[in-house]
Amino acid sequence: MKTGAKILIEGLLKQGVTTIFGYPGGVVLPIYDELYGSPLRHILVRHEQAAAHAADGYARASGKTGVCLATSGPGACNLVTGIATAYMDSIPMIALTGQVPTALLGNDAFQESDITGITMPVTKHSYLVKKAEDIDTVLGEAFHIAGTGRQGPVLIDLPKDVVTNEAPEPKPRGEISLRGYNPTFKGHIRQIEKAISMIGEAERPVIYAGGGVIASDASPELIRFAEATGIPITTTLMGIGAIPCDHPLNLGMLGMHGTRYANYAITECDLLIAIGARFDDRVTGRIQSFAPNAEIIHIDIDPAEIGKNKVVDLPIVGDSRMVLTCMLDRLTGRKERTTWNNKINHWKVEYPMSCPDDGVLRPQLVIKTLSDLLNGEGIIVSEVGQNQMWTAQHFCFRHPRTWITSGGLGTMGYGLPAAMGAHFARPDLPVFDIAGDGSIQMNIQEFGTIVQYDIPVKVVILNNMYLGMVRQWQELFYDRRYSYTELPSVDFVGIAAAYGIDGIRVDSADQVKEALTAAITTDGPFVLDFRVEREENVFPMVPAGAAINEMIGGQKE
Amino acid sequence: MKVHTLSVLVENRAGVLSRVAGMFSRRGFNIESLAVGTCEVPEMSRITITVNGDDTQIEQVKKQLNKLIDVIKVSDITYREHVRRELALIKVAANPGSSRAEVMQIADTFRAQIIDVGAKTLVLQVVGPPEKIDALEKLLRQYGVKELVRTGTIAALRGSKTTAGE
Repeated sequence: MKTGAKILIEGLLKQGVTTIFGYPGGVVLPIYDELYGSPLRHILVRHEQAAAHAADGYARASGKTGVCLATSGPGACNLVTGIATAYMDSIPMIALTGQVPTALLGNDAFQESDITGITMPVTKHSYLVKKAEDIDTVLGEAFHIAGTGRQGPVLIDLPKDVVTNEAPEPKPRGEISLRGYNPTFKGHIRQIEKAISMIGEAERPVIYAGGGVIASDASPELIRFAEATGIPITTTLMGIGAIPCDHPLNLGMLGMHGTRYANYAITECDLLIAIGARFDDRVTGRIQSFAPNAEIIHIDIDPAEIGKNKVVDLPIVGDSRMVLTCMLDRLTGRKERTTWNNKINHWKVEYPMSCPDDGVLRPQLVIKTLSDLLNGEGIIVSEVGQNQMWTAQHFCFRHPRTWITSGGLGTMGYGLPAAMGAHFARPDLPVFDIAGDGSIQMNIQEFGTIVQYDIPVKVVILNNMYLGMVRQWQELFYDRRYSYTELPSVDFVGIAAAYGIDGIRVDSADQVKEALTAAITTDGPFVLDFRVEREENVFPMVPAGAAINEMIGGQKE
Repeated sequence: MKVHTLSVLVENRAGVLSRVAGMFSRRGFNIESLAVGTCEVPEMSRITITVNGDDTQIEQVKKQLNKLIDVIKVSDITYREHVRRELALIKVAANPGSSRAEVMQIADTFRAQIIDVGAKTLVLQVVGPPEKIDALEKLLRQYGVKELVRTGTIAALRGSKTTAGE
């Protein structure tokens, strides 16, 4: 016989989990007692939200399922933003929460909250475990659900008596099969053949690749497919890294802050091949004007995404990698599309993604310099807002899973804790968190965690003393009425120093390279406070409700 | 827009109904009626949902239902040969001497049973497709409907086919 807590920790180890992120509390004391001296590494964060984001960052960087742990009530509630972030971006995660003893459930007991109820809309599935003997089975199912099909977070709520009670040693887990859960992985052959013939006929095709390509590790197949067919690729924010930034077929990101050439290509294409993408409103702009002249092929693991936002001509339900592999096997010959390629190349020359080199300390300069210094070899995490868009636009990503950002939910405060998680997934790579002065202050307490575990995350703060993206909208669409978006100057180097982290404040463009080099060559964590041009905007930009080819900015100077 | 009848087989577990109902409200789908109960397999339940929407919306409803782990099977039986029934209890004002006889006559026409006779009211039990219950209610309204309780529609395929089998 073993306690539920022991079964839980052994179950996690059996599942191959090495690191979890958490915060202790009353009802999880038995679990923490079991963690004491356990080979399972536990990282103590400073706020439960950070535990969820760290597990999420770990999952995105590694491809494995991230795990976080919090106590009941406030602890569990603090995970919610992190769980919702993972849900919106389809990130495999297990959230373990303590719960009051089963006898007190529903009694408004101390630190009780109905966390399975609260998280129902933002989890792929959830469990409230009632018996110690169920723990191991639930754990197996939870990992299976989180990590297969369209991935996502699964919550397991564990009442205190369930983890203190004893149960027999769990039987070895066999193949997990759930009658209500059978994702389709292989694409329908006839649909794939139809797709091949549509591609053969198309004069102006474009591939629109999203986070599904990263999730299914389909990047090599995607590149081979694009090269074999000569079809250019534009990626969503979540798809960045699927194809190297400087690959001749890469059109960069599309959508609200995408490149002009990607958006023009979408608007003029006659065949759109969407792979692991979901026609999000930030991508499509006015949906009726998105790829208005195109037939659409939509490859996605989630049948519910097909036809949700846009009517498609040919759906293929399946795993991106499997479908692409199958398509590659069936490709015959390559069609030359000189006119289309010339047109795209003309746009690329005419509307390059550039920033002025005028000696001013602009945020884009910081990103570009870091990009040159790292040459794509590192993990870049971002917060949310202008910092995120500038990074997506100006950093040259070369590998999948090196760009980690909150896309769907757009969670400020995500970056720093996610960067911590990414470090534990890939300790061999340098990890940078690109932040704004607004978003860094949403989880700045994690400096404490970074110091405690000597996590060598480098924090790049693009400090404009504004909530920059909101200010940008106020400038463009609200007559410059900067309502509650101005922030006072904060001495971030001083804050870092108080935690015991080195840092530099940078006030001029000519110090950028030197400062970033100092961060890269420092072994431990490092904080850089760049005092950037305050009212710099993210361009090009598609105003809300406009078609994606109706862009502001991004023309040649 | 058309009312669709979905027969949904689910795990008989705590929280399933709230997952299903939550999905509908979250995604802005309108449930016309919902009836849930045990079924021929002890560890499963069957939910019959009638939902109003165009074909695209209904397609999305079915796909979102299928995504729920506890949902085993979703069958849209709208366009298949099936029988639909709902049960309603209607408490009608019926004073002896005046309207009581008329109410009893209407009940008879609708093959509704009178299952309670009070001093000033009658309770009618009627079974039928929802349109029949709507019609009866409309007729009874002039006498004063004190209370109306409806079970929601349940449905089954005609012939030997079942929604679980197929």
